[in-house]
Amino acid sequence: MDRILEYLKKEREQEWRVEIRSKIKTKDRTSMERLDMPEEDPDVRNKSYVEVNKGLLVEQAIYEAQRCIDCVKPTCVEGCPVGINIPKFIKKIETGEFLESAKILKETNALPAVCGRVCPQEVQCEMTCFYTQKLGKPPVAIGNLERFVADYERNSGQISIPEISSRNGIKVAAIGSGPSGLSFAGDMIKMGYDVTVFEALHEIGGVLKYGIPEFRLPNDIVDVEIEILHKMGVRFVTNFIVGKTATIDDLKKEGYTAFFIGSGAGLPNFMNIPGENYVGIYSSNEYLTRVNLMKAADPEYDTPVISGNNVAVIGGGNTAMDSVRTAKRLGAERAMIIYRRSIEEMPARDEEIKHAQEEGIEFLNLNSPIEYFADENGRVNKMKVQKMKLGEPDDSGRRRPVPIKGSEYFIDVDTVIVSVGVSPNPLIPKSIKELDVSSWGTIKVNKDSLQSSVSDIFAGGDIVRGGATVILAMGDGRMAAAAMNKYIKEKVRNIISLVKEFKTIGDILDFATK
Amino acid sequence: MNKIVDKEYFSDNVVKLVIEAPEIAKSRKAGHFIILRVGTKGERIPLTIVGSDTENGTITIIVQKMGVSSIKLVNLEVGDYITDVVGPLGNATHIEKAGTVLASGGGVGVAPLLPIVEAFKNAGNKVITVLAARSKELIILEEQIRDFSDEVIIMTDDGSYGKKGLVTLGLEEVINREKIDLAVTVGPAIMMKFVGLLTKKYNIPTLASLNTIMVDGTGMCGACRVTVGGRTRFVCVDGPEFDAHQVDFDEMLSRLNAYKKQEEKAYENYLSKYRKV
Ligand SMILES: Cc1cc2nc3c(=O)[nH]c(=O)nc-3n(C[C@H](O)[C@H](O)[C@H](O)COP(=O)(O)OP(=O)(O)OC[C@H]3O[C@@H](n4cnc5c(N)ncnc54)[C@H](O)[C@@H]3O)c2cc1C
Ligand SMILES: Cc1cc2nc3c(=O)[nH]c(=O)nc-3n(C[C@H](O)[C@H](O)[C@H](O)COP(=O)(O)OP(=O)(O)OC[C@H]3O[C@@H](n4cnc5c(N)ncnc54)[C@H](O)[C@@H]3O)c2cc1C
Ligand code: SF4
Ligand code: FES
Repeated sequence: MDRILEYLKKEREQEWRVEIRSKIKTKDRTSMERLDMPEEDPDVRNKSYVEVNKGLLVEQAIYEAQRCIDCVKPTCVEGCPVGINIPKFIKKIETGEFLESAKILKETNALPAVCGRVCPQEVQCEMTCFYTQKLGKPPVAIGNLERFVADYERNSGQISIPEISSRNGIKVAAIGSGPSGLSFAGDMIKMGYDVTVFEALHEIGGVLKYGIPEFRLPNDIVDVEIEILHKMGVRFVTNFIVGKTATIDDLKKEGYTAFFIGSGAGLPNFMNIPGENYVGIYSSNEYLTRVNLMKAADPEYDTPVISGNNVAVIGGGNTAMDSVRTAKRLGAERAMIIYRRSIEEMPARDEEIKHAQEEGIEFLNLNSPIEYFADENGRVNKMKVQKMKLGEPDDSGRRRPVPIKGSEYFIDVDTVIVSVGVSPNPLIPKSIKELDVSSWGTIKVNKDSLQSSVSDIFAGGDIVRGGATVILAMGDGRMAAAAMNKYIKEKVRNIISLVKEFKTIGDILDFATK
Repeated sequence: MNKIVDKEYFSDNVVKLVIEAPEIAKSRKAGHFIILRVGTKGERIPLTIVGSDTENGTITIIVQKMGVSSIKLVNLEVGDYITDVVGPLGNATHIEKAGTVLASGGGVGVAPLLPIVEAFKNAGNKVITVLAARSKELIILEEQIRDFSDEVIIMTDDGSYGKKGLVTLGLEEVINREKIDLAVTVGPAIMMKFVGLLTKKYNIPTLASLNTIMVDGTGMCGACRVTVGGRTRFVCVDGPEFDAHQVDFDEMLSRLNAYKKQEEKAYENYLSKYRKV
């Protein structure tokens, strides 16, 4: 940390930084009000898939950038899981050098347009910002600025394609094309490796494509990032399930030297309450996959989806919010969140909760389903719900919900979306016997190198962390790339030193056959 | 993109396709299936791998026209490409030497049954197979099934071929005649339900291969879930074969009909758009 602080300090002393800082007095900066993100009208957007946040205009971005006082000790950076040089990229906005600013972001963040949209900044950089911590004022809108810069670069048509070192011919593979796999691939290709990304589904992007809806993260934006990787030389293989289509051992025989597993936490949890398998009850994964990946709501596409009038979504995370807001857009009259704790304990992003409320989503907090009922065709038509109250705090520090006896009541529903968490996908762990796996099913890794119990297999993202975030997954991909590079280089050095010991051609042949 | 290299009609509605898929051909075993998609707007549908040729890198599937997706597939010709093919999915059938195996297949269920019968025969079992369909034209793969069965009994609802009556009638005759160590059944859910009820009466362990609706086929969505022995299981990763005596077939039947309305509408739209079936 100290070294990073040193570095940040030195950067801060560059001439241009000193000059831009001196343009406006700190006192004037801190008296500026935070700009709200311009948003689409709730009554328009809850009937369409247009992106809710419209992005800042150039003047707005410069204004917001001026609020940042370019602290001596930028605490925001400590709040960023990948340590973006936040004040530097913000000051480049203030000077109007947006493309330069984009470069700074990309030094540490492979997917700024994505992170600018989906990162929970309110509990990361914006929470540790000087404004929040010391002034008790709304923080600098770091996330909105990040998004502005990434969008500016994309729309400018001048996206910089990073430089690539000369090819070293060493084949490595990423398993899974979510944010962890993509960022791993980006870093490895830059270092000269021959990189292949294997993806089980027919589309690249992982949760960014099949999970997070269009109105929060348009697919086009993800596609631009993928296209850049493609141009840099990353090979993408879809419809390929590692562990099924071919095993890691098969791939080794094809010449792959090392692997990064970023296969995500894709298995949906259910509550195992009576009636949960009635028709019309979905996991959020199924519901969102049908709508986002398979485009079920578009009559031009073949995949169907049941989109009822009375939709209940069980849960309080981002996935629950995405599902309930999707249901509203598919025409639900009543789209409800049913969550067993209070709104304060909801794990979803503040922004998502706010947007959902504006769009007319009903929040039934301190409620928990206990049974579903169906008509004669097995279609869900009613659910029994129990009211809860908050008791003592549990291990997570959140107050435990306690059922209130005799408070059960019924709600009419025709669609239910169960969104109570996910578990790691066991497909890969099951296919590699020597791999150490925790009792939760996550892959165990060394936390500094992300190397697993099998030395040429690294892992990161949700398969290691359980359900986490895009930025953490991305950071893992980068960390694993650095560690794998080191690991391979060392291996190569060992082989070279071995070869040097050889005295005769016979020795070499002998070694080669081994 | 996977190329179709051979196509053969078994009847107006049942077609065999041979598809280039070298990796799948290499890794598949009896009981595995694939998921495929025709066109970028297509739906993902599961189909059993009936056979493979590792030398030519091909797999064989047999499809029955049911609705829009299967019709789109059947309308493809040799040389055309299937947009996406992924697999092999599911668990391979647990093949053992049980003694006498009584297999039953109904309708297009005979296709998934074929590799299973083949594997049991090759493992040294005596295999008796009962094939059932509504009428003579709907009996498929009889010859191929005969290749791997010691005896084949044909049942049709209307008596137009073999014996008249339901599959259970044919099965019960065999059960009354000799000792059966294991039963295997693949077909419409309703048929498997009654086969299960029958073999339960005689205490014969029975495997049923379930054909639930699927999306991803990797355990990610839960579309394929069924209740087996009171527990929710995912057919794509925990199956597709389960103990027929434990499966809640009524639940499975209602889940199979989840999209009936949408499917019918899609079918009408498709017909009016292409006027070609
Ligand atoms: C609906 C939803 C909303 C979310 N919203 C937010 C948000 O607002 N902000 C935020 O920070 N985070 C959010 N998250 C969480 C975030 O998306 C994840 O933490 C992140 O995507 C994890 O990335 P990953 O690379 O580990 O895996 P994933 O994105 O899960 O990708 C894994 C990929 O691996 C593939 N795969 C799996 N097994 C195999 C195999 N054997 N062979 C080949 N491929 C395989 C899968 O098909 C998948 O495409 C959300 C998640 C969901 C579901
Ligand atoms: C593991 C597995 C293996 C299968 N193997 C084969 C096979 O080898 N050959 C083959 O022809 N079919 C097989 N099926 C069934 C096949 O997937 C369906 O017939 C197909 O998805 C129907 O799609 P459609 O759009 O043509 O019809 P739809 O329009 O979707 O449906 C038309 C009719 O078919 C019924 N239906 C829908 N989905 C299914 C289903 N999954 N199973 C049975 N009925 C369904 C509907 O209730 C409706 O009545 C298999 C299914 C599974 C899960
Ligand atoms: S803590 Fe806030 S004000 Fe200080 S440099 Fe970071 S963003 Fe700017
Ligand atoms: S098909 Fe999605 S979990 Fe089985």
